[in-house]
Amino acid sequence: MTLELEKVSRAVHGVPHISDVSLRLERGSLNVLLGATLSGKTSLMRLMAGLDAPTSGRVLADGRDVTGLSVKKRSVAMVYQQFINYPALSVYENIASPLRVAGLPRAEIEARVVEAARLLKLEPYLQRRPLEMSGGQQQRCAIARALVKRADLVLLDEPLANLDYKLREELREELPRIFASTGAVFVYATTEPTEALLLGGNTATLREGALTQFGPTAGVYRHPHDLATARVFSDPPLNVLRATKAAGRVRLASGDAIAAAGAFADVPDGAYTIGVRAHHLRVEDGAAYEAPPADGAAFRLRASVSVAEITGSETFLHMVAAGEGVDAAGLIALLPGIRTYEPGAAVDVVFDPGHILLFDATGARAGRVLDVAA
Amino acid sequence: MASITLDHLAHAYRPDPRGPQDYQLKEINHVWRQGGAYALLGPSGCGKTTLLNIISGLVTPTTGRILFDGRDVTHLPTEARNIAQVFQFPVVYDTMTVRENLAFPLKNRHVPRADIVRRVEEIASRLDLSAVLDRKAQNLTADAKQKISLGRGLVRADVAAILFDEPLTVIDPHLKWQLRSSLKELHRALDLTMIYVTHDQTEALTFADTVVVMHDGSVVQTGSPEELFLRPAHTFVGHFIGSPGMNVLPAEVRGRTAYIEGIAIALPCAYPALPAGARIELGVRPEFAQLARAGSGLPVKVRRIDDLGRTRIARIEIAGHAAAATVPEGLSIEGDAAGLKLDPAQIHIYADGALVAGEGGV
Amino acid sequence: MEKPINNRAWLLVAPVFLIVAFSAILPIMTVVNYSVQDTFGNNQFFWNGLGWFQELLDPSTELGGRFFAALWRNLAFSAIILAIEVPLGILVALSMPREGWKVAATLVVMALPLLIPWNVVGTIWQVFARADIGLLGYGLNWLGIDYNYTGDTLSAWITIVVMDVWHWTSLVALLCYAGLKSIPDAYYQAARIDGASRWAIFTTIQLPKMKRVLLIAVLLRFMDSFMIYTEPFVLTGGGPGNATTFLSIDLVKLALGQFDLGKAAAMSLVYNLIVLAVCWVFYTVMTNTGSERADRGEPA
Repeated sequence: MTLELEKVSRAVHGVPHISDVSLRLERGSLNVLLGATLSGKTSLMRLMAGLDAPTSGRVLADGRDVTGLSVKKRSVAMVYQQFINYPALSVYENIASPLRVAGLPRAEIEARVVEAARLLKLEPYLQRRPLEMSGGQQQRCAIARALVKRADLVLLDEPLANLDYKLREELREELPRIFASTGAVFVYATTEPTEALLLGGNTATLREGALTQFGPTAGVYRHPHDLATARVFSDPPLNVLRATKAAGRVRLASGDAIAAAGAFADVPDGAYTIGVRAHHLRVEDGAAYEAPPADGAAFRLRASVSVAEITGSETFLHMVAAGEGVDAAGLIALLPGIRTYEPGAAVDVVFDPGHILLFDATGARAGRVLDVAA
Repeated sequence: MASITLDHLAHAYRPDPRGPQDYQLKEINHVWRQGGAYALLGPSGCGKTTLLNIISGLVTPTTGRILFDGRDVTHLPTEARNIAQVFQFPVVYDTMTVRENLAFPLKNRHVPRADIVRRVEEIASRLDLSAVLDRKAQNLTADAKQKISLGRGLVRADVAAILFDEPLTVIDPHLKWQLRSSLKELHRALDLTMIYVTHDQTEALTFADTVVVMHDGSVVQTGSPEELFLRPAHTFVGHFIGSPGMNVLPAEVRGRTAYIEGIAIALPCAYPALPAGARIELGVRPEFAQLARAGSGLPVKVRRIDDLGRTRIARIEIAGHAAAATVPEGLSIEGDAAGLKLDPAQIHIYADGALVAGEGGV
Repeated sequence: MEKPINNRAWLLVAPVFLIVAFSAILPIMTVVNYSVQDTFGNNQFFWNGLGWFQELLDPSTELGGRFFAALWRNLAFSAIILAIEVPLGILVALSMPREGWKVAATLVVMALPLLIPWNVVGTIWQVFARADIGLLGYGLNWLGIDYNYTGDTLSAWITIVVMDVWHWTSLVALLCYAGLKSIPDAYYQAARIDGASRWAIFTTIQLPKMKRVLLIAVLLRFMDSFMIYTEPFVLTGGGPGNATTFLSIDLVKLALGQFDLGKAAAMSLVYNLIVLAVCWVFYTVMTNTGSERADRGEPA
């Protein structure tokens, strides 16, 4: 099935929950809805499922208008953040339950349940009750139940959010393979950019009920069309600085100017916003700081360290930039290796104009789109 | 202000524990230094929450003692222990304003009015809550509510330790970064003992100076984030810390060479004292295992390459065993045959899961 | 949960509309019809306009006097039982066990009075409180307390109030218990850490979290007590004198005893309007506290 949303909006008591979303989800595709809490992920899924009707716009399944069709008449399965299983039934009966409702012959049920259990590695637990298993297995059982129906549309609303970090990692690794083995349209909601990248497929970024971008996941990550998308799709948060271009030179609001290069090379003069991801910031010892180099290839600004977080192999450095023009949230750099800094230490933050995301005054992507790979 | 000592502490949920299998928490001896930032890391059901509840006084241990600055508090109730706690889901008093919420613990302790006002203002400005002081607490966002819970602990001048029970569970990723760094700044500014319970290794490692890793009711390793990352004392720690976790492969060790199904790997040192009959494994982190062109390094089969944006992780097979490796920038692999280069200094040998020290290393 | 609109749903609702029309709307229209007419029996009716209503709402007339006396009795009765049952119910709920086999046992014991039919409750207490053979009545008199609910107004009121409290406090307690059970343990732990007293825990955590169920409890108990009929009818028959003649009892006396259909119809309409008005007030209050929650996107 192809699922298409045509300029879909929904308001509740006059408050817009979803604004003018158009999306086309292809058969057999995995689609991630990425956005913060209350950005409209769940509302959009409910519209796709037919649990809610849109205030305006149409929902098409294989080109057929299904806007007013109730959820029971659509071929939809859903997995929630909470592990929802029938506590009194065995895992086998849990997985079989949608098939029993559909009145399938016994042999067919058996075959499908065994297949789903094998796919989700639940075979050893088929005779257990859900509550006798770990959280990860309980959620596997819920996913198996959703898959066994062979629904055309499978919606997963933050299915891993309630799991331990490691269990999450394990299941996340298997999910793309599991999804690929069926022909359904998968929609997967998450708040975590890393999760979207790991799952691959396509990603739709949502902000305040509006779709900001939709495309192949890696493409959306590397080439966000606007500032909102870049912010939603950055973890650690995107570093945001203001800059002005005039007479072939670019001046950061905090003072330093360099020759216009990289993304700045062929944009008109004016005010811009620079977005830099944490791993593109380098940090140099503040003692080495002198007057800004006249024609340095890299941007350079002064900052003071607020906190250094060590993850074992890497260091996240939280800094406050000197002067104006940097987001109040400050800067975060991801540095390889273990680096210790005293709080308050003066450092130089350096980044390459070739590794930036450039946005104009309206927040739209500006300049030649460079491949800011890696 | 206090150091917290766990002295032969153990806990069983059934009143008549018969053997080790009845213990939720196996015997533990540990000292939480005054002013330290600690994390208690482990999967669900490893006993970390039980331990936290013993420290806060909600659970009385079956055996052993707990000392605050040398004073035995094992049987003291929570309210007599000078601890504060931030829970997984925000706990605020719905009917009160933020100001009343913050003043609540002081009011209950009959602190003079003027002191309450001063203290509340001070803590509110530290937590960036000054602007919302007179709003109803129930209408605020989850992260503001967590700050209020924390603030209720911080206002008390007598607080010895602050306990965090997975406090970022309901917080959105980009706010997690802010909240985490403000926690760390607070810790530095206030010289408080902080114990942070979580299953999330990133939260544990970034927050704590010392991480206590728990598994199955006992402590498997205590150390700095760096130690846990570079020298995991147990394969469990190697697996649990790091994303993806350490590759653990069954091996045979002879002299300074390990063999994985016959594939030879040079080791930095010798292991003459490996216990006989033990399960021997080789551990190496994906960060120290780099994918290379076929023909160089160990022969491996590439199953999949995950593009994580800033790095790429290859899922590979070494002689049929699954493993993960880093893909260097610019490398592209055709087909599924590739090579693997290991950093010899970062290869560890484990016997029955426990790290074995090598001899004659450099 | 909102669902897509489907016009066929009306077909399914139609039978209900028909039944309601026959069982409620037609009888009410009959009552409205009676309320504007006078009759001397023999099925002869005379147009009386709003005469009955004017008389009813004027306390100086015989009808008005009796109506207002009964209305005040009703209001006083509701106020007294609410003032007793709500705090008592909360107290019982607070002292109920939270886990273990005791929970089931307590719930069964608590539910018992609720399962007894109204007239049986009245009969039980009528016998139990009799001064000559009832355990309670005889016992009190033996102790030297002058107690006789058939002759003494105060005794009659106390008996009815105690009977209602015995019968219905369980309902309030069970509702409050459900409210208390929904409070996560973390709240109690936080309160202990914050050094809150038992009273502070009650006012800052338990009471706010019980607000919604308490509103429902108060509404149910008010409506029920305001329409009370069977138990006082069985116990005292409205006496001594008119001391326990509540609106519903008076209505029956008027309609069936004196066969003043017009007066009774007017009275029952006004009675009905009062009940509806109170219901509406409660409904508004409850939906308002409900929507506050929904606006914040919090699960209920």
